[in-house]
Amino acid sequence: MSTVATAPVLRFESVRKTFGEQVILDGVSLDVPEHSVTVLIGASGSGKSTLLRCANLLEEVDDGAIWLDGEDVTDPRVDADAVRRRIGVVFQAYNLFPHLNVLDNITLGQRRVHKVTRAEAERRALELLDRLGLAAKAKEYPDRLSGGQQQRVALVRAIVSEPRVLLLDEITAALDPELVTEVLSVVRDLKEQGRTMVLATHEMAFARDVADQVCFLADGVILERGTSAQVFGDPQHERTRRFLSRVREAGRL
Amino acid sequence: MSEQSVSESDVSVPSVGPPGGSDDTGVVRPPYVPSERRLAREAYRRSRTRRSAIVATASTLAVAAVLFFVITGSPGWPVTKKTFLDPGYARSALSPVLHGFVLNLELLAVCGPTILVLGLLIAAVRTLRGPVFLPLRLLATAYVDFFRGFPLIILLLLIVFGVPALQLQGVTNDPILLGGAALVINYSAYVAEVFRAGIESVHPSQRAAARSIGLTYAQTMRFVVLPQAVRRVVPALVNDMASLQKDTGLVYVGGAIDAVAAAHIQVASSFNYTPLVVAGLGFVILTIPMTRYADWLTRRMDRRRAQGGIV
Ligand SMILES: Nc1ncnc2c1ncn2[C@@H]1O[C@H](COP(=O)(O)OP(=O)(O)OP(=O)(O)O)[C@@H](O)[C@H]1O
Ligand SMILES: [Mg+2]
Repeated sequence: MSTVATAPVLRFESVRKTFGEQVILDGVSLDVPEHSVTVLIGASGSGKSTLLRCANLLEEVDDGAIWLDGEDVTDPRVDADAVRRRIGVVFQAYNLFPHLNVLDNITLGQRRVHKVTRAEAERRALELLDRLGLAAKAKEYPDRLSGGQQQRVALVRAIVSEPRVLLLDEITAALDPELVTEVLSVVRDLKEQGRTMVLATHEMAFARDVADQVCFLADGVILERGTSAQVFGDPQHERTRRFLSRVREAGRL
Repeated sequence: MSEQSVSESDVSVPSVGPPGGSDDTGVVRPPYVPSERRLAREAYRRSRTRRSAIVATASTLAVAAVLFFVITGSPGWPVTKKTFLDPGYARSALSPVLHGFVLNLELLAVCGPTILVLGLLIAAVRTLRGPVFLPLRLLATAYVDFFRGFPLIILLLLIVFGVPALQLQGVTNDPILLGGAALVINYSAYVAEVFRAGIESVHPSQRAAARSIGLTYAQTMRFVVLPQAVRRVVPALVNDMASLQKDTGLVYVGGAIDAVAAAHIQVASSFNYTPLVVAGLGFVILTIPMTRYADWLTRRMDRRRAQGGIV
């Protein structure tokens, strides 16, 4: 299946996830094609982060399946570590390691998991840090960085291993407009390099600019899915329209 | 949370879908029915659980059998058995040893909480900031440095025999009380360091958040820092309490009869060591419920607040 060029990199098939009695995802189906950016939008608490956590096997789905390059990664027989090695994640709360400096945060996985030499790992890390304007902070510890700086370090940590698919949870939440543009161009670069990405965001302008595919999550399903122009320009569902008009009122689109 | 319980409750309580799922979308979703795939996965997980249970049981039995045959097959086994594991001596030792245990338990019940409170106080003093508190801080540090290094048995001897020798008015000569005091002095120094490690492991952002909503330093410690710190050091504290429980026996140097001393008296009159084994097992039996209770308590705390997930 993975040899078929048109096969999606990541595919969610009727994914269901509950926490106790609370149904968070109730049959989410979604294909993420190669070299594309999929953006998840939706109200706070609609399950965007949960969906990303399921894809990275940090949560066990209750039902349905998630396919990565044609392999059912939710099968209990798969090696979860091998799956996660092919996925890069930026968490909503950054989750940097406070006991390691920026450079070590980024190179830890490179050196221990991917067996890259320290010199090579640091060279790559510094290159990416430089791109994001953080080269000067390489030896600094996470607690001494601003929120936006921490966010960019987390982004570098996720992309440095060149994963098959990147899951980015609110990567522009703590950034000023100039940095949003910067991160946006990084995301575009990554896309041009052939990376595949799934983003969850409340930054609608960012979503509109970068997305190939926009998914509106509500009531545990993807209520509406389409190109950026379709969803933002001509939403089909009443719920989507209401959500977007609220966003517009708040001046975020 | 356990995934097992989530999935089982799902199967037995069919979901009615999220609230308001159909009003404005116009699509009424059918109630959830577990798919073939889910049932197959659950069956697979169950079979894995069963298999690991069987493997665990079999390997435990095999190890136990090997140990049994190696020990009972050794040339000195019959003599060893008679000297250390004689049922007759065990029975006759039981009553005096149990009597002795009452003293151990009393000491533990009084000294344990005292040590925890004192240790917490010393730790709090050691973490105070600001030059005003320098003398207090120095005192607490000196206390910990000195009594953590001083051998417990020497401290006991000094206090149990030294204090009565001073012939102070109104100060007890009771070896049990004095012995207990020595235990408290020694152990509170250890426990203070355990608490301090816990306090310092709480991320500074927690203090910042607490002070920023207007809590005072003391309130920050009481309501934000200590609850997190204590949770982290519970296993270390249980360690110290188990160790204290055994060291309560040291009060025998002043002439008090605890479980170990009682067993010793039996041994001295018969030259059979079974009573000591009985006393030793008694201590083990006392420690286990304490450890299990602490484990249960911490697990319950964690379950309620952790994000969970499967890694
Ligand atoms: N570990 C958990 N245990 C119980 N409930 C959880 C857990 N994680 C998430 N939830 C619940 O699942 C729902 C979806 O959470 P999620 O974090 O996926 O939302 P989100 O769409 O990412 O929201 P936001 O835009 O605010 O980040 C929330 O109602 C949340 O309370
Ligand atoms: Mg989220």
